[in-house]
Amino acid sequence: MNIDLSRRGFLRLAGAGAAATTLGAMGFGAAEAAVQAHVRDFKLATTTETRNICTYCSVACGIILYSKGDIAAGETAELIHVEGDADHPTNRGTLCPKGAALKSFVKSETRLTHPRYRAPGSDRWQEVSWDEAFDKIARALKDDRDANLIERNEQGVPVNRLTTTGFLAASATTNETAWATWKVVRSMGIVGFDNQARV
Amino acid sequence: MTNSWTDIKNTDLVIIMGGNAAEAHPCGFKWVTEAKHNRGAKLIVVDPRFNRSASVADYYAPIRPGSDIAFLMGVIRWCIENDKVQWDYVRNFTNMSYLVREDFGWQDGMFTGYDEETRNYDQESWEYQIGEDGYVLTDETLQNPRCVWNLLKAHVDVYTPEFVEKVCGTPKERFLKICEMIGECSTPDKTMTSMYALGWTQHSKGAQNIRGMAMLQLLLGNIGVPGGGMNALRGHSNIQGLTDVGLMSNLIPGYLAMPKDSEPDFETYMSTRANAPLRPNQMSYWQNYRKFMVSFMKSMWGDNATAQNGWGYDWLPKLDVAEYDGMRMFDMMSKGEVNVYFCQGFNPILSFPNRGKLTEAFSRLKLLVVMDPLETETAAFWENHGAYNDVDSASIQTEVLELPTTCFAEDEGATVNSGRWLQWHWKGATQPGTAKTDNEIMANIYQRVRKLYEEEGGKVPEPVLNVAWDYADPLHPTAEELAKELNGKALADLTDPADPETVLRPAGQQISGFGELRDDGTTAGACWIYAGCWTEDGNMMGRRDNSDPSGMGVHQNWSFAWPANRRILYNRASCDLDGRPWDPERVLIEWNGERWVGPDVPDIAVTANPREVGPFIMNPEGTSRFFSRRLMRDGPFPTHMEPFESPVANPLNPSMRGNPVARIFERDLADLGTSDEFPLVATSYRLTEHFHYWTKHNVTNAVTQPEFFVEISEELAAEKGIQKGGRVRVWSNRGQVWAKAVVTRRIRPMVCDGKTIHVVGIPIHWGFKGAARKGFGPNTLGPVVGDANISTPEFKAFLVNIEPAEGGAIA
Repeated sequence: MNIDLSRRGFLRLAGAGAAATTLGAMGFGAAEAAVQAHVRDFKLATTTETRNICTYCSVACGIILYSKGDIAAGETAELIHVEGDADHPTNRGTLCPKGAALKSFVKSETRLTHPRYRAPGSDRWQEVSWDEAFDKIARALKDDRDANLIERNEQGVPVNRLTTTGFLAASATTNETAWATWKVVRSMGIVGFDNQARV
Repeated sequence: MTNSWTDIKNTDLVIIMGGNAAEAHPCGFKWVTEAKHNRGAKLIVVDPRFNRSASVADYYAPIRPGSDIAFLMGVIRWCIENDKVQWDYVRNFTNMSYLVREDFGWQDGMFTGYDEETRNYDQESWEYQIGEDGYVLTDETLQNPRCVWNLLKAHVDVYTPEFVEKVCGTPKERFLKICEMIGECSTPDKTMTSMYALGWTQHSKGAQNIRGMAMLQLLLGNIGVPGGGMNALRGHSNIQGLTDVGLMSNLIPGYLAMPKDSEPDFETYMSTRANAPLRPNQMSYWQNYRKFMVSFMKSMWGDNATAQNGWGYDWLPKLDVAEYDGMRMFDMMSKGEVNVYFCQGFNPILSFPNRGKLTEAFSRLKLLVVMDPLETETAAFWENHGAYNDVDSASIQTEVLELPTTCFAEDEGATVNSGRWLQWHWKGATQPGTAKTDNEIMANIYQRVRKLYEEEGGKVPEPVLNVAWDYADPLHPTAEELAKELNGKALADLTDPADPETVLRPAGQQISGFGELRDDGTTAGACWIYAGCWTEDGNMMGRRDNSDPSGMGVHQNWSFAWPANRRILYNRASCDLDGRPWDPERVLIEWNGERWVGPDVPDIAVTANPREVGPFIMNPEGTSRFFSRRLMRDGPFPTHMEPFESPVANPLNPSMRGNPVARIFERDLADLGTSDEFPLVATSYRLTEHFHYWTKHNVTNAVTQPEFFVEISEELAAEKGIQKGGRVRVWSNRGQVWAKAVVTRRIRPMVCDGKTIHVVGIPIHWGFKGAARKGFGPNTLGPVVGDANISTPEFKAFLVNIEPAEGGAIA
């Protein structure tokens, strides 16, 4: 048995065959084999583990996602369990009532799966393709910009300000998404740009 | 946070005021428990409710919502009167000896220069006296009546314990007990930490609440020290990052400023940014502003940014008002002045004040685009849900597109915690259906608009066409590509200024820190404070060495903290004037005679002589400020202001309503209520079982807190005939909600100036979508008025009324 196992790694192995490893470490090799023959493996032993960070508050607890399937190997992956990361210096494996239920959030029935459109005056959604959605957005954005961009102020100085389109940015997307969003929003001249820091 | 979650274990006293960490940040609060257990630290909670933090506190005091400045100025007055001041710190590291202009003053709760017409101060007099050498005049003896110290003493003089009791409703003996506990931390080897959140920001004077505590912390010598600091507990997992990267009307990444309409060219823009030092030998780090700005422009516009075109300055939008923040945009929208609106992972229909006005505003849009992992009330604002969303769908002409996005488990990248740690996370699950990442969505929108400009031409196409977008797949920039841009790189060989033959950084390499950025276009870097996050050594944000050899909770090799992997800001101030740690038991850095060394990255040049260079390197003074000059719109000292809706008049000036310089739109002014009709003070808050409007979508959390409620005292329940668990109607001058009544002793009536004040607590977590029961939130009731500096809505103190409603009690 590898004595350099990390604390979490040890827990995982211990879980994979608690009786077996304990006995094995004590020299009962045959007993280990006998036990392994009829003890079912710990469910998580066959899952892929992925490091992640809780998506709720900014304590930013470390979490481990356990999935069936390996994204890195090009497979689809289904999340089956989430737990606190015992090696994380802030939360040391603990989670609050929200973090402990993260899987339930990922799999909630009200997750969106396809783009939808609501027509003027309608009381229902209809599914649309991504292409239709993107084309509609691009058309509306360009038309509004062409019609309403304030090109110069009274002194004739370029100000390139668009106030008739606005953008509220998220609070849980990544820095990288934030930067891509900044580029797109500002290149259009949008000034009505805000995030969730105030609420 | 100036400090970090793990640093809280080093404290001697925690004060939670303006937050509720045990409830809203449970796993971070464990470090308070750690300090209590291992160091014998004490916990003080000051809050209108005896909340879950209070339940584990050593001492609790109630306070009327919206009166925090009076409390804090009262503590400062008490500390000065009782000589609870860390003198060596205050003398050397603050501006207390600086002289202020003769024409500065105050009267009736107002500072000099107020103009009632424009609701603005002329700040001309709010400044130091400057000598002929360009430096501030000082009086080290503190005898000069115009020195900051004497002005501060005069300013806080009115905030006696009796005044505090009268304004805050905090019993005098409780206030004094807290003063004594705080006063003990004025010694060099004892520190207090302040933990706060939206309980302080969501007021019309939120920023001044925080300044009040920051001043107290300076007085005690607690800024920059282990176990001290000003610790803002950010609410969302990456709201720190989204603010760092400048996703606000007035920001460019790295806290640079968006240009104003009055700044016609790059040089005019730059002329007010690079602050010259106000005292000899000071670093005044913003002198490097041009390097950060030019490098940003190179990241934004690539080769299109040149010295000749002011680095693409004309292509940036210019602001004609201070900010087009959410509340301004919704006001414009309600007047039909906005056509297209995007909500990216944001549910404003439940989070901004005056929901009725919001619904009206959204109904006037031509197109609303919502990107979210979940169904939101905002996307469905046109759906009729009876009392919970009482709209006529047929009359709403807004087109809506709802785009499914991935969530945290299905995407990779970095989020920034309260302590400024950039932590990378990896994708561990496949997204449902055809959901896309936000990166793909933004890239697709951009590429299609760009194509339209290429094909059709149009108005000022340059900014759209000139954005740097050289990602391997233009429709899907990867997190790695974007993170590397945020870090910055050399665009040409960077040579040593002292020896042009020596190449310090070859062209194309990632830089390792912001010290490498240049102002001549030879470096790019989208967000200078993130420099060092993805270097030639790889992704520093993914680092996972949790060791902590100093035992100080520094964890230097875990992820990356901005700036420069520094874990505690202003840590130079953890040492005395000669560079010796105030407390030899708690060392972050120290001066070894030649350089600064220690477990944390020094917040000063490593060879800066401790007797010459001050610890507050971002300030041109090199010191920190009791008197904040012209940096805040509502005054250089915090002064007591009532909420816009208040049950009592301001004793400093009974005719003053709210914050005299806070922006309020005409319609919203008319929508304010008065205490004759609405005698009760409402305050909004979070529960530990829920996160905003997200967790009501999942069954586990919906079961633990299934139903909207409001919290009131036994006394108010008795007065109004409200049963425990009974149904009530709560209304303000802007709307009404129905809720279950939680009748509790956690809220007690307070007495302010002889008047009994009742508080109604309103949690924020319910709407008409998801797995929990349909309900309401405080935003149906709250007023559309915000902080004078940062436009945070006044959700923590507004007026309502309450009455029993139809429907039986359920125990």
